[in-house]
Amino acid sequence: MKNSSMKKSINWLSLFKENITVIVMLILFVVSSLLSENFLTSQNIFNLLRQLTPPTLIAMGMLFVILTGGIDLSVGSVVAMASVFTAHLLRTQHLIVTLFLVLLAAAAFGAFNGYLVAKRRLAPFVVTLAGMTIARGIAFIVSRGMPERVRNQFLLDFANNNFLGIPLIVWFALVVVVILVLIHKFTVFGRFVQAVGSNETAVKLSGINSNIYKIGVYVLSSVLAAIGGIIIASRVGMGSPLAGEAMELSAIAAVVIGGASLSGGRGRVINTLMGVWVLGMIGNIMNLLNVPSYPQQVFQGIIIIIAVLLQSDRKGKDIQSSSNR
Amino acid sequence: MNSEREYRIEMKAMSKSFGGIHALKNVSFSVKPGEIHCLVGENGAGKSTLMKILSGAYRMDSGSIKVDGEDVKITSPLHAIQLGIGIVYQEFELADELSVAENIFLESLRKKSIINWKKLYADADEIVREIGFEIDTSIRTGSLSVAYKQIVEISKVISKNIKILILDEPTAVLNDKEAEVLFGLLRRLRERDVSIIYISHRLEEVFKIGDTITTLRDGEITGVNPVKEMTIERIIELMIGRKLADIYPKRDVVIGEEGLRVEGFSNGNVYQDISFTARKGEVLGISGLVGSGRTEVARAIFGADRRRSGNVYLDGKMVNLNSTVKAVRSSVALIPENRKEQGLVPDLNIKQNITITDMGKVTNSFGVISDKKEVSIATKLAGMLKIKAESVETSVFSLSGGNQQKVVISKWFNTEAKVIIMDEPTRGVDVGAKSEIYRLINELAAEGNVVIFISSEMMELMGMCDRLLVMSEGRIKGELSKEKFSEKNIMQLILGGQ
Repeated sequence: MKNSSMKKSINWLSLFKENITVIVMLILFVVSSLLSENFLTSQNIFNLLRQLTPPTLIAMGMLFVILTGGIDLSVGSVVAMASVFTAHLLRTQHLIVTLFLVLLAAAAFGAFNGYLVAKRRLAPFVVTLAGMTIARGIAFIVSRGMPERVRNQFLLDFANNNFLGIPLIVWFALVVVVILVLIHKFTVFGRFVQAVGSNETAVKLSGINSNIYKIGVYVLSSVLAAIGGIIIASRVGMGSPLAGEAMELSAIAAVVIGGASLSGGRGRVINTLMGVWVLGMIGNIMNLLNVPSYPQQVFQGIIIIIAVLLQSDRKGKDIQSSSNR
Repeated sequence: MNSEREYRIEMKAMSKSFGGIHALKNVSFSVKPGEIHCLVGENGAGKSTLMKILSGAYRMDSGSIKVDGEDVKITSPLHAIQLGIGIVYQEFELADELSVAENIFLESLRKKSIINWKKLYADADEIVREIGFEIDTSIRTGSLSVAYKQIVEISKVISKNIKILILDEPTAVLNDKEAEVLFGLLRRLRERDVSIIYISHRLEEVFKIGDTITTLRDGEITGVNPVKEMTIERIIELMIGRKLADIYPKRDVVIGEEGLRVEGFSNGNVYQDISFTARKGEVLGISGLVGSGRTEVARAIFGADRRRSGNVYLDGKMVNLNSTVKAVRSSVALIPENRKEQGLVPDLNIKQNITITDMGKVTNSFGVISDKKEVSIATKLAGMLKIKAESVETSVFSLSGGNQQKVVISKWFNTEAKVIIMDEPTRGVDVGAKSEIYRLINELAAEGNVVIFISSEMMELMGMCDRLLVMSEGRIKGELSKEKFSEKNIMQLILGGQ
């Protein structure tokens, strides 16, 4: 019932809405460059990218969980757990064994969350809220509340050295993002994660075991958070039970700024990455401008609301045309 | 001027475009007081657009509207209601969490600060009773079946004292018995001089209750006739612009041996002692009212719901179908009753909805999807099922109901399903799409598959099936062979058990 000219104008609008995160990011970038001469220096940019590596990994995991219509509040605590485990295990174990055990523990933790959500039909919010305090508690128990040094030169080098002028961990994050884009777009896992979030009933009635995908995303989310934790511990040379605090919130914010629907089924990896950068840049430029940290939080909140407002459907017309069918 | 007074509503030279597509071209439409005026046409013919203009949801581009002889410009749904025009949409606008009474009086409740619950329920009971139903209006609306939700929706509109009632496919969710109750209600409203505009895809209904019938095609009126002078064939011709030689295409199939046997299915109160067999190449119909247990049995065979007891045999061998995954692996398919809620994945496009049932066909061993394979499979099936869409990458939401349903059906053509259970496959689709779906059913049967066809429409069951099971109150009340098909026989079996 719509002709081409109508379609074109709609496409412009939806094109704008789809890429709003990129646009906001670019605007912020330009504005930041103008506001502070220290912003557009390779040192600042690389520093920022390096800082953003763990948040990027965590936001990616969060995106997949949100695609299924879930949420994972435990990731910040998993960061702490992983950072503490890493420092602790490295005292007695080889690096490979340590990494394997840390990631295995995170995977098991995620699988447990996923099991409760998928099989026991508990609300993801509640399950991962509990998981959040459990993981944080474990981190405190294992570390006895004290930060512990990371005694492994390889990890410290990995977190702080460059390759071709760019920090190694930024390369690493890039590889992860590319892999996740490919998984989301071209694999059955990516397809079904999105489908489960879009209409789980239809997926089940198509003869698909939706639980696999629901559990899978929590495993993915925990593992990515654990990698983030390992990187944080390696960067500062300390495993700390306080690491990763509130990171679950900024991850959710990044996913939402990236235009994903919290009810599931809609969201893109690249846009989530943009969401992470938008948040990161706001913090960065305000630091450069010496804005105190309390007003910073207010600004961040406002930017989140603006980004989401720009993407939201205008009410009225849209509602009617959808009830037409 | 005299002639104008005899109409309650006169719409003249109505035009409406969306972008450059003319949804309505110079359409004139008039309704007399106390008449049931049927409006029929295929999906996209312009019925809904016309009614949305009348009820204030859309603005017309040009044309004039008179209500009781006076020129009006209808500016909003609220304005329409003030003029006495009320509409009941296909999809209900009820708040599930509120009680029935609250839904009925939703608008007037807004003005009150203190609610007299006793009076509210009493008033709501009164309205519901007046239209011939008994519903406890204090219960949660969400706990009602679709049929009853419809009744609540009608009560809500009627409570506003309207003179013109527009019903958009009211019987799509009702079974025959419930539809009869609705017709009774409409006749009573007619006697009270209410004008009723009735949109339906079920043409038999037009003859049951209609006084006048207007046919629309591609945004233009193709006929305004007294129902008495029309035949179904003639109406269909006016709707689709060609002769529909036969709504129910003939099928030449040799019925083979047993393909599916269900033995002793029971699940507490929902259904008991369900046993039947279906043979290869056979279309077995299941008739019954909504709530007779037919949908639940279908879901249990498919492994979507648990059952207390009972076995399924495919080709004579017992199979354990306790999940949909196993059912699909054993070549059983279910086309669910609600395509939007159960059939389609809205955020996936057409091809992705089609290939979902068998991703193995479009992936390599690493689970990587080949876009090329996917497009080719989807294009082939879309062609075979005549799905009308710009491309297989179009969103399923932009499709008409009939095409959406074809997408749901086509995803099972993508598998090698041998037993296909269809639960209300033609609900809410137009005549043209219906006959396409019938053709597909025939094709499936001709390939030697078992087709189980569940429907509330007796006409189509009688037209399409080789044999009929009649269900009522969770039991199979009887079986009819083709020679014994008649509405009377079916109703007798349904009511016989009571």
